[in-house]
Parts: sequence; C-alpha cells; structure tokens
Amino acid sequence: MTESRGLRDVDWTMLLIALLLAGIGILQIYSATQSEEGSSLWWKQLIFVGAGLLVFWVISHFDYHSFLGQAPYLYVVFTVILFGLMIFSRVVLGAKRWISLGGGMKLQPSEFMKIVLVLFMARFLADLKTESLDNVDLMKLMGIVFMPFVLVNLQPDLGTSLCYLPVLAVGLLLAGMNRQQAVVLLLIVMLVLPVGWFVLKDYQRARLTSFLDPAQDPQGSGYQVLQSKIAVGSGGMWGAGVTRGMQIQLQFLPFAHTDFIFAAFAEEHGFIGVVTVLGLYFLLLMQILQNAQTAPDRAGTAICMGVAGILLFHVLENVGMVAGLMPVAGIPLPLMSYGGSNILSVFIMLGLVNNVRLRRFLL
Amino acid sequence: MFRASGRAGREEYQERLSLQRDEGKFAQGKIGLLQYVTVGVFLFLVGGYWNLQIRNEDVYSLKAERNRIKSFPIPAARGKILDRDGRVIVDNHSSFSVLLSRENLQEEHLAPIAEGLNLDYEELVARLNRFRKRPKYQALILKQELTPAEIAFVESHRDPDTFPELELIHTERRVYPGNGFAAHMLGYVGEISESELNQPEFVKNQPGDLVGKTGLERQYNDILTGEDGQRQVLVNNKGEERRVLGFKAAVPGESIQLTIDLDLQTVAELAMEGKRGAVVALDPRNGEVLALTSRPSYDLSKLASRDRGAEWREITTNPEKPLLNRAIQAQLAPGSTFKPFVALSALESGEVDENTSFGCGGGFNFFGRYFHCHKKSGHGGTSLKKALAQSCDVYFYQVGNRIGIDQIAKWAEIAGFGKKTGIDLPAEASGTLPSTKWKIRALRERWYGGDTISVSIGQGYLTATPIQLAHGMGGLVMGGVWHTPHLRKGDAPQKAARKAEIDLTHVRTIMDGVCDVVNGGGTAGRSRLPNGEFCGKTGTAQIASNEYQKAKGIRLKDNAWFVAFAPRVNPEIVVSVLWEEGEHGPDAALIARDVVKAYLDKRARKQYSQGAGEGVQVKLEQPAGLSSGERTAEND
Repeated sequence: MTESRGLRDVDWTMLLIALLLAGIGILQIYSATQSEEGSSLWWKQLIFVGAGLLVFWVISHFDYHSFLGQAPYLYVVFTVILFGLMIFSRVVLGAKRWISLGGGMKLQPSEFMKIVLVLFMARFLADLKTESLDNVDLMKLMGIVFMPFVLVNLQPDLGTSLCYLPVLAVGLLLAGMNRQQAVVLLLIVMLVLPVGWFVLKDYQRARLTSFLDPAQDPQGSGYQVLQSKIAVGSGGMWGAGVTRGMQIQLQFLPFAHTDFIFAAFAEEHGFIGVVTVLGLYFLLLMQILQNAQTAPDRAGTAICMGVAGILLFHVLENVGMVAGLMPVAGIPLPLMSYGGSNILSVFIMLGLVNNVRLRRFLL
Repeated sequence: MFRASGRAGREEYQERLSLQRDEGKFAQGKIGLLQYVTVGVFLFLVGGYWNLQIRNEDVYSLKAERNRIKSFPIPAARGKILDRDGRVIVDNHSSFSVLLSRENLQEEHLAPIAEGLNLDYEELVARLNRFRKRPKYQALILKQELTPAEIAFVESHRDPDTFPELELIHTERRVYPGNGFAAHMLGYVGEISESELNQPEFVKNQPGDLVGKTGLERQYNDILTGEDGQRQVLVNNKGEERRVLGFKAAVPGESIQLTIDLDLQTVAELAMEGKRGAVVALDPRNGEVLALTSRPSYDLSKLASRDRGAEWREITTNPEKPLLNRAIQAQLAPGSTFKPFVALSALESGEVDENTSFGCGGGFNFFGRYFHCHKKSGHGGTSLKKALAQSCDVYFYQVGNRIGIDQIAKWAEIAGFGKKTGIDLPAEASGTLPSTKWKIRALRERWYGGDTISVSIGQGYLTATPIQLAHGMGGLVMGGVWHTPHLRKGDAPQKAARKAEIDLTHVRTIMDGVCDVVNGGGTAGRSRLPNGEFCGKTGTAQIASNEYQKAKGIRLKDNAWFVAFAPRVNPEIVVSVLWEEGEHGPDAALIARDVVKAYLDKRARKQYSQGAGEGVQVKLEQPAGLSSGERTAEND
C-alpha cells in the first residue's frame, strides 16, 4: 500500500468548488423551505455536508488500489442488496429505494452502486491486457453495468439506473472499443429501445414525452415541467432574490428542494446565478478531468473519468430537465439537491478523485 | 492527515512519472474527448437558460403572475329606478351567485356541479363553449339568486380538494314590481350575450355581466351600471389564499329618477288590466311622461330570473304579442283623434275659418264614391267646433278635399306625426304620415283625392303611435310648442322643444271644439268631470276597410282611441289612450278620464295641504299662458 504525499497535494480547488456548491445548495434549501413551519432541512443538509467531508477524508486516506481490490466483492454485495430491494418493492406497492439505518437515516444503495461500478470498471480496465477491446470483454463490461441497471430499473427507479450508463460509456471509451463494435452496439440499442419503451410504466413514458410538450397535460405529467419552466423563466437576468421566488414560496413548484432545486435557484438568482453555478460545475468537472490526466495509471484515469462522466450526466439531466431541455427523470443535482445519499455519494466520488491525485507520483 | 512518504526517492518518482506519461498517451485523446463533451453540455445548458430567462422572460413572468394572483369580481349593484317623487319602482335585493373559475376547471367536475346547482348539464357545457374564446382568468357567473340549499352546496364543496373552481359571491338581485306593472317601459336585465359583448356600447362588460336588455334598463344601462370591484389575492398551488393583494370596492350604479308619477301609472295600469292597448300621459309644458303603460304585459322578474326559458317561450309565442310596447310601437290609424290636427291645417291654411260651415247629410259623394259619416242621419249644418265636438266625418271630408293632403301633412308633421317623438326608450316606431311625395316614394303611385278623404278622418294610409298622439296634442294645446317626451327627470327637455308659429285663436277654437266633445254634448259626454276640466277627442278607427272585411267574411272590432288634455285652460296633462278592438272611442275616454281625474285630485290635495299650511284659500290656477279674450271654466 502506498502512501499519499500530504496535505498540500489535496485537490483544494476541487474541494473548494464542491463546498461552494454545497453551500449554495444549503442556502437554496433554506430559501425553498423557510415558509414551511419547523423546517430544518437546511440544517440537516449541513450535517450531511459535514459527514461528506469526513467521508472525503477517509476515502482519500486509503490507497485507491485497495478499493480496486475490494471492488468485485462490493459489486456482489450491492447487487444482492439491490436484488433484495427489487423483490421487496415487488411485494410492497410502489418504489422501495431506501434502506433504513435507524434514527431517521436512510440510504439509497442504488446511489452507491454508481461508485462500486466506477471502481469495478476501473479494475476491469486495469486487468485488460490488450490495447483494444475484444468482443468477449465487451460483453463482460456490458454485463457488469446492465445487471444493476435492470435491477434498479425494476425498483422502479429509471433515473438512478440511467446514471450507470455514463460509467459504461466511459469504460467502453477507455477500453478502446473500435468503430465496428460501436456500430453494432448502436444497432442493438436501437432494436432494444422500442422493447424498453413497453417495459416502462405509463407514468414513466408520460414523463419522458411530456417534456416535449408540457402544455399537453398541464395538470398531470406536464405540471412539474411547466411550473419549473415558469420559475426559471420568470427569474430573468437577476432573479427575484433570496426567499422571494414566488413560484417556490407559494409551492407551485414541487420538489423545490430536492430534484428541482435548480429551478428554485434559477428563479431567485436569475441567469447570472445560473451561469455562476454552471461555471462552478464546469470548473469542478475540468478539475476532475485534469486529475484524470495526471493519474498514475489506467485505473486512476478510469476512476476520474468515471466520476466525471457520472457528474456530467447528473448536471446535464437535472439542469436540463428543470428548463424543459431534457425529459424528467428523478436525478438529483450533485451537491445541491437535498439528501444524504446524494451528498455522501458525491463526496465519496470526489474523495476517490482526490485519492488518485494524491498518488499521482506514486505507483 | 495525509502524511507524505519519505521512502520514495526522487528517481523512483521520475521513473513512475514516465510510466504514467506512457499510460497518459493511451488515455490522452479520450480525456480530451470528454472535455469537449463537457464544454458542449455546458454551452447547451447556458443557451437553454438564456432562451428561457432572457429571451422569454416576459412570457414566463406573466405566466407566473397568472399562477398566483387570482381576482374575484365584486359585482356592483345597479342603480335604482325612482318615480318623480322619489318612490322606488325598481329595487335590488341581496342574493348570492356562484362563480366558476375557468382556469381551475376540471371537466369531470362539471356534471356533479351541474347536479348540485340544479343546472342543465348540456346547457352549462354549451355556455362554457360560448365563452371559450374569452381569456381563461375571467370567471363565469354560473348561477344567480342561489337558494339556501344551493348556497350550502357551494360552501361545502368549494374547498381546494373537491371543487376548487367554485366561488360564492354576494350580488344584488333586481326586484321589479309585479303584475306586469310598467314592464315595457322599465325593461329587464339579463346576462350579456356574446353578440352584445362585441358592441362598443358594452365595451366595459365581461361575460356573465348583467346588462339592460330592453326599456329603461337598456336605455340608461350606462348610468344604472356601476363599476365592479375586485379582490386580488395571492394564492398557493392549492388555491388557498395567502394574502390579499388589493381590494377595490364596487361602486354601485347611479339611480335614475323618472318623470313617471307612480299614482298615475297605477291608475293607468289598473284601467288597462285585461285589455289590449296603451296609455300615455305627459305634461305638455315640458314633455315629462307621467304614465306610460302597454298591455298585455309580462312579469319582469320572471324574465330576469333563472326560469326565463319557459316564460320567454310563452311570451314570444303569444298571439297577443305582449312584448310589443304599444305605447311607442303600435302603429295604427288614429281615427278621429287626428281631426284636431286636420282642423289646425285647415285654419292655418286660411281656407277655413271658425265660422266656415259645411252641410252633413250622412255622407259625402266624391267623384261617384260615397263616404259615410258615422252618423247616418247627418249632422246638418256644421261648423268647425261642432264638427270636432260631434266628430262629423263629412265636415272633415270637405275640409280635406279643400286644403289637400300636403297641407294636412305639413301641419301634422309639425305636430310630430310620421316620425319618432324621441322619447328615451329603445325601438320607438315612427308611424306613417302620408303625403303626395310619400306615396310616390313608398308605393310608387300618385296621390288620389280619395286618399285625402280617408286621411282627413285619421284613416287610410295614416298610422300613429299613442305617444305621437299625446305628444301632438300636447304641442297643440301649448299653442305650438312641442316638447320631446322623456322619462328621465331633469333631462333638459326644453332644448329639444320645437316651436311653430300658430295663430293662438286657431288653437283656442280647436281646444273649444275638443272640450265640447266631453262637455258640450259631444261624443264623450259620459266621461265628463263635474268641473268641466276634462277635454279630449274620441276616435274609433277601423282596422281594415269594410270592403276588405266583407271580402274576407270577417268582422273586426274597431280600435278605440282617445286623446285628452286638462285642465281646459293652461293644460298640465295630456293623455292618449289606445284600446285595441275596444270598439268605441267614448269607452277609451273613460280610461283617460280616470288618469286625468287622478292627476287633478292629486294636484288639488297638494294645493289643499299647502294652502292649509299657509292659510290660503284653495283655488284653481288662473289662466296665464294664453292671451286675453279666452274662455275660462266659469264662462263656459
């Protein structure tokens, strides 16, 4: 086990940006929930962020190669948990995504499966002997991702399962998939997509299509998108100001502190605020990719790129859906949306990136 | 924290660095690709937000406002309608209406709402469709004058969880006098129609508003209509009120005071009960209408109420045409009531004077055609006064023949025949005043002498409305000053007065003749008032010619007319009565007499009580208007 080089090698830029975003998130959670009586969600979020920092430190401490060693076991354990949840959700009506940890704390295993997948994928890539991907390995890589993808989808939680796909994409990219394989894969996807359409629940289909024309069903599936667009659009250049976003304060916008927190932010801080936050996310991603470049080995690069892929997908989907640019799927905005699993999983991922950075000169 | 490792040497690092660099080359292009994708994603997002927040900010700001600001109309009460003494004729009562917020409407709620409010579902849907083009934030008045049960229904269901589209509002309901009292004159209110909404007159109105549909309600809709208030509230997504943003109280409409005297109106209404016809009473000195009634009538409150449908069908299909305001719309031959105007034409033309006399042998042979007098035995030698008093047809045939139609038409037109009087009611009819020119224009035929003979006794092509007759007589007895009849008090009628140069001795002659109709052994002696102040001219007009009736084998009863004035000197009231198929003019005179008597009695009561207060003897007013040499009641 190798050791890190010290405090000064910690990726302070990345950590600072992450904390800034988390801080903005806490402020926004406060603003969106302050009209509700006895609301202390922002306070809880603050604790989650503190816990996140702790996790960041812990994750950074152990050499990521040891995580890679554990990756297959973690994968099996989480797959079993997801399988259990899937069975459970079939029995009990509706979605069952959380495991209660007691004391009101609950965690969403599917959220952490992303990280396990990143690690497993990195390990897989490190073990590859060839520069290019043969078909057997291609099938293996896809199998690794599709197993949890299907399980989470059956919970049903389409949003989270979609987040596994960027990991696969990054994996295939790094493994050196050739053009021929890409074309075949694309053809398979195009064939499977219509089947998947029928597998989806009605409301899921409605959500996917309603973003194209939310006015079609303003009271139903289009409602959120419509109200969200109104919130965003009425923000204008400078926004309504903190705690002044009427769409949020009058509760026209559901999930204003979780999945739709960016709509609340956009209403209260306008285009200026949006560009500022998007700028922070951009810098964060660029910083992570910078770490991918300086990673000491393939596995390190794969970890950083996997994390970047997941975060990029989250930002694109969440920020896009809030403005009606993407279909609605239950995907939180990293660092800003309220929720312990979101905060912890992001800090674990950033911890892994930091871990890779700390060991950029070591092997 | 993270302890640096001291074991790794510099060379070892560099070796690993080079290794890493090799690996880096392997990943280099791929990291770059992800960077490009990242840049692309962020440009896409920023562009999307620019489009929403900068380019379309206005659109979404407006939507946001619509979302959260709800305004409830507070309908203004309509102004009251008062009689000349300030007595209330049309009033308002408190009631509740239910509003439908079309923004929050959920289609599947319509049926239960219709059921709970006893509304016809199909009709409700049809109404909603009619308002489809109107902005959605305009609420619709679903139903007015809710019963207690309906109020309870709305109150218990308008919460956000059941029917959030319902709102209860307080309104003022119109209350009209019953029994068809003055119905045509007052008119009624109803919900504004889609076509009315597009008229400039109703530019301030919104769907669901009540507007005047006919009569005075329509004529003075502008004045009677107040300004609706509104309450603006901030609501949350459940429609719950969070804060009142603004409140504008409703400004009730102005009341209008009429020239109508409720007492006279009542007498007229009672006198016409069960008959078909009209009574118009006005003050010739200023054109103020004192009473105006038309029968048959209809119940205004039923037309303004919710079961209007049945009542409406009844009224519109009734062969007696109760919707017709006969006082201003019935265009019928005035018969002998027109003779005073023929007399005026004759005297003013100079062809005839007070002493000109014609012999009446019961008829008049005009180029081989025989025109009967109503008195078969004839009136013998007849002067103008006697001709008026006895209503001798032959006399007027001769006069008409002598002066010609255009001379008659000239003075009749001055007296207001053949055109609208300009009374402040919608849809007045003009009647027909024939002349040579008129006949060529209207019938493309030349005028024949026989036509003049008919018009001379108020028949033939001539038609007039009851208001024209009263108006014409009023100007005549005023010595040639015709005031525009009007119902709204203080409406500056003087300006609208028309004056004509008339020899007052001619006027006096005609008035004397007309007074003899009642007081001098004339055709209406039965209706004489003891003080001799009641004067007037009878008229019995054929509805169709005898030839026509014979050919059709029918016998139509004649229309009975009477046009009266009182007192005989310095008249203060003119009354015209039309009793369709009343057969005898003298019977119509009894109705006019009742109205005049009511007027004179009331005036006497007033003078008596004033006199008692001031210790002055009661006396009838001395003549003042007409110059010397006139007769008074005493030397009649």
